[in-house]
Amino acid sequence: MKTVDARGLSCPQPVILVTREIIAGEKEFEVLVDSEASYENVTRILENKGFKFSSEEKEDHIIIRIDRK
Amino acid sequence: MNGNFFKSKAGIITAGSLIGVIAALLVYLGNPKNMGFCIACFERDIAGGLGFHRADIVQYIRPEIIGIMVSALLISLIKGEFRPRGGSSTVIRFFLGVFAMIGALVFLGCPWRAFIRLAGGDWNAILGIAGLIAGIGIGSYFIKKGYSLGRNNAQARVTGYIMPAFMVLIFALLVFNFPKLFNSVTGPGSMKAPFIISIIAGLIVGGIAQRSRFCTMGSIRDIILVKDFHLFFGVAAFTIAVFIMNLILGQFNAGFENQPIAHNMHIWNFLGMMLSGFAFALSGGCPGRQLILSGEGDTDAGVFVMGMIVGAGFSHNFAMASSPKGIGEFGMWGTIIGLIFTFVIAVTMTQKRKSA
Repeated sequence: MKTVDARGLSCPQPVILVTREIIAGEKEFEVLVDSEASYENVTRILENKGFKFSSEEKEDHIIIRIDRK
Repeated sequence: MNGNFFKSKAGIITAGSLIGVIAALLVYLGNPKNMGFCIACFERDIAGGLGFHRADIVQYIRPEIIGIMVSALLISLIKGEFRPRGGSSTVIRFFLGVFAMIGALVFLGCPWRAFIRLAGGDWNAILGIAGLIAGIGIGSYFIKKGYSLGRNNAQARVTGYIMPAFMVLIFALLVFNFPKLFNSVTGPGSMKAPFIISIIAGLIVGGIAQRSRFCTMGSIRDIILVKDFHLFFGVAAFTIAVFIMNLILGQFNAGFENQPIAHNMHIWNFLGMMLSGFAFALSGGCPGRQLILSGEGDTDAGVFVMGMIVGAGFSHNFAMASSPKGIGEFGMWGTIIGLIFTFVIAVTMTQKRKSA
């Protein structure tokens, strides 16, 4: 599965990176974010686009897994 | 991550409305007209209070700014969001802060005040907001092309406390009436809501803004970049709330002429705010958001805030700041040099998109 590492990037780069994957037609990928604001921004975009995703909280970051199949 | 009401649409609208009501009330209680809550103006007043510039009408350690950052620290500690970090092109962020302030003082207000001025009937704000949109639009173009200041890294815990501690320190200087501070006796710097109200207002606004991620620059950027109106709802609610409160409190006065702490040189209102918006877009947040991030441990945002305070010093010392009479003697030069700097940074920090 492809991983988009958005840790340590300031707004709005995590969202831009995720949008790029969506436009590229990536079906399944995971995103790493390390701030609550980035997490909210990325998941809001996914929710608005009606994508399913799951989240897993790690010690210093959150993994968001997107599955569009 | 659940249970944050302020992250919902109703939440951001509530947040914007509350901040707007507080901003209008602060004017009613003594803050300068159409300046209930202006981050750039208040940081400029702090620069004056510390003696970094000697424009004796705009010197006061504004408790609102201190309240915002300290509140963001406390809430991020409680919510487990306090995360000391930094090292993402720090010196670039410093100078983006310097020029964001120089641009803001050509217009006479940050994005927060641009919307507050609009809500007070100051139509010159329309030119400022148009400039803001233009600047954010240019910044967004580069962000889309791959502009990045690079990743930050986790830093030692103590670094995250330094900016809030600085704020607490200058607050103590104000409380104990340190004799070397400067305090305006006339002009905008002398107009202030009661001290205790100002600090409480700052704490409340800081808390609301931390939870909701309220950001004036982001509201426009997100529409341009990803057609996301979330933050815009907050800023629209903020503007409408200020407008309604101004009507209730008799603070609404429509027109271009004789507006409080404003001038009507349209081109420079536009260009000043364009520079500011461009610099805020490149640094990832409006001045209010930078205060919040500083409180959450983002030391790059802290350096941006210090850049703005230093920028205020340059602005007034070098006659680049505007006044109700018009732009300052060297305001044009400050704006032009600032635009050149931000363009160079935008171009050089935009990497070609990797194919992978």
